[in-house]
Amino acid sequence: MNTTEQHPADTPRPAPGGRPNTPAALDIRNLRMRLPHTARPVLDGVDLTVGAGETVALVGESGSGKTLTSRTVLRLLPAGTTTEGTVHVAGDDVLTMNARQLRHLRTRTAAMIFQDPRAAINPLRRIGDFLTESVRLNKIMTPAAAQARAGELLEAVGLTTEVPRRYPGQLSGGMLQRVMIAAALMGDPTLLLADEPTTALDVTTQAEVVALLGDLRARFGTGLLFVTHDLGLAAAISDRVYVMYAGRIAETGPAASVFARPRHPYTKALLDSTPGLDAPPGRLVAIDGQPPDLRREPTGCPFAPRCAHATELCTTETPRSMPARGEPAHTAACHHSDRLEGTPGDA
Amino acid sequence: MNFVRFAVRRLLEMAATLLGASFVVFGAMYLAPGNPASFLLGGRSASPAALAAIDRQYHLNDPFIEQYARWLGNILHGDFGRSIEYRTDVSHLLSSRLPTTLLLVGMALVVVVLLGLALGWAGAVRGGATDSAILVGTTFAIGTPAFVAAILLQGFLAVELGWFPSSGSGSGDGIAAMLWHLTLPAIALALYLVGMLARVTRSAMLEQLTSEHVAVARSRGIPERHVISRHVFRNALGAVLTTAGLIVSSLLVCTVLVETAFSVGGVGQLLELSSTTKDFPVVQAISLIIVALFMTVNLIIDLLLPVVDPRITLGTRATG
Ligand SMILES: Nc1ncnc2c1ncn2[C@@H]1O[C@H](COP(=O)(O)OP(=O)(O)OP(=O)(O)O)[C@@H](O)[C@H]1O
Ligand code: SF4
Ligand SMILES: [Mg+2]
Repeated sequence: MNTTEQHPADTPRPAPGGRPNTPAALDIRNLRMRLPHTARPVLDGVDLTVGAGETVALVGESGSGKTLTSRTVLRLLPAGTTTEGTVHVAGDDVLTMNARQLRHLRTRTAAMIFQDPRAAINPLRRIGDFLTESVRLNKIMTPAAAQARAGELLEAVGLTTEVPRRYPGQLSGGMLQRVMIAAALMGDPTLLLADEPTTALDVTTQAEVVALLGDLRARFGTGLLFVTHDLGLAAAISDRVYVMYAGRIAETGPAASVFARPRHPYTKALLDSTPGLDAPPGRLVAIDGQPPDLRREPTGCPFAPRCAHATELCTTETPRSMPARGEPAHTAACHHSDRLEGTPGDA
Repeated sequence: MNFVRFAVRRLLEMAATLLGASFVVFGAMYLAPGNPASFLLGGRSASPAALAAIDRQYHLNDPFIEQYARWLGNILHGDFGRSIEYRTDVSHLLSSRLPTTLLLVGMALVVVVLLGLALGWAGAVRGGATDSAILVGTTFAIGTPAFVAAILLQGFLAVELGWFPSSGSGSGDGIAAMLWHLTLPAIALALYLVGMLARVTRSAMLEQLTSEHVAVARSRGIPERHVISRHVFRNALGAVLTTAGLIVSSLLVCTVLVETAFSVGGVGQLLELSSTTKDFPVVQAISLIIVALFMTVNLIIDLLLPVVDPRITLGTRATG
């Protein structure tokens, strides 16, 4: 199911941080997704854009819907899900594509870097085969051209040209993630999706891979949607950030502004539970309580049961995204944003 | 380890094992209770002169080791001795029957591989009613012993319907006649293994279908038929290859039953007849050939495993 209600203009708007006159790399509007046997939508009215060449972070607790959002961009949906809303990648609606268009999207327009490269790459085929198979089998490049491009990209990600002859088992996790990144760039995509690309790596390798991603998206001009639950990482890499809670965007805005002046109690709580970022060191507060599960339809604000600022209004009326005074790009879905204004770091 | 060195080492090991096997095979007759000569005669009565002739012919009065050494030396020169029952050279008996058996086992192997892989593939990839039908079919195939299959096939397709000959190998009438005669025996021989291989292929492919790297391949726009062939089926091959040893040993054992049921006149039937008539030189020769065949197949599997799964290095069978 796929409707475009509420949005009269079906053409994608330019993203806030993107270059003018190019369609946004990614433009998700009012995306609502239901999984089978659930009472509430797992994604509930998600709006998210990534401008051409822009880096955007999507953060939130485990289970908030980050992975589902990013996978929807490539239309990798669990069986039996229904969707409403639109997902435009470089101007084309993903949710209405036919098989051929979808293949084109996945090979040329958008590519995903996965969390665990060791599980993501077939252990029985050579690295060179992994790098080139998509463009070869879809006849986008000749085998020779594909091989040449793979060589260039391997160099760009800091690997040597003998790597293609190797099997995945012969490379370290960090090297494999570099291979994954090179493979994602093979089709020269407009949009890269990275779903916690460093979680499976050790700390030093994490920093290297993040730095590499930053370099490459600048060099190749790709938009990047970076999914993470690490706020420090999000602050370091992104131009803008989206904070997701229970399938909704709780808060969004320029990274600097969101992290310095959070306008949603959930963002504030996340920041407080992150060491070394705004919160004084040594103060590590996990957020009390559990996110709402999918079996009940919550009324009002989904964060209300865990929120220190909740009032009567919060449990009866669902808050809508409202821009901050004097900063229209920074919005939060909270009735009482004003109470947080100018109080970073104390709860 | 280097491929050539590994192969040479394994060949030497194989030779040593064969030597041991030959000792056991020969010693079994020597150790069997009673006078070897009367054993050789298989309970038939014989005149003292005939007994003396047998003693001389088989050197039964020599020490065991000498007898064994002579027997082994002869085999290395291609001489497997003389059959007591047929009064002719064992090698002559084998040379007329071995092609029949090899053709039968080869036909069955082709059926097993083609049908087993195809059914396993179809069940895993198509699912639904196709998969259910294949599961039911393979359950029957696995539950039917080869000799029951032989009797049923013979009764319906050969005797009732007359579509196929009910016995014989058709050897001497050309290759077409042989294929024609061996069709039912090959099906009887293959039935169980088709079911087994289809099950192994199906479950190995299903396991791959739910794996992350297959989801990733799809997310990269690899056309579905390539996802199945290059990632799902390709990765299921390791599990398939590890059943190859079982398949070949099962074929070699069951061909005795099937050849007997269809009076095929191959090595298997000869082994069955020679065991009952205690025609030891024939039994010894066939036993040795079966051991050698089985070991050769295992060597080939060990050499192929690292090709199919690069995580396995030569000489270390591993899982994962
Ligand atoms: N294939 C699926 N089938 C059923 N439910 C699913 C499936 N995938 C995700 N979900 C549910 O959807 C919700 C959101 O999941 P999602 O994976 O998008 O969260 P996430 O924000 O990526 O979390 P994490 O940080 O743990 O990766 C969860 O409640 C999860 O249980
Ligand atoms: S709307 Fe109310 S409950 Fe929800 S986050 Fe804001 S203050 Fe808390
Ligand atoms: Mg996730």
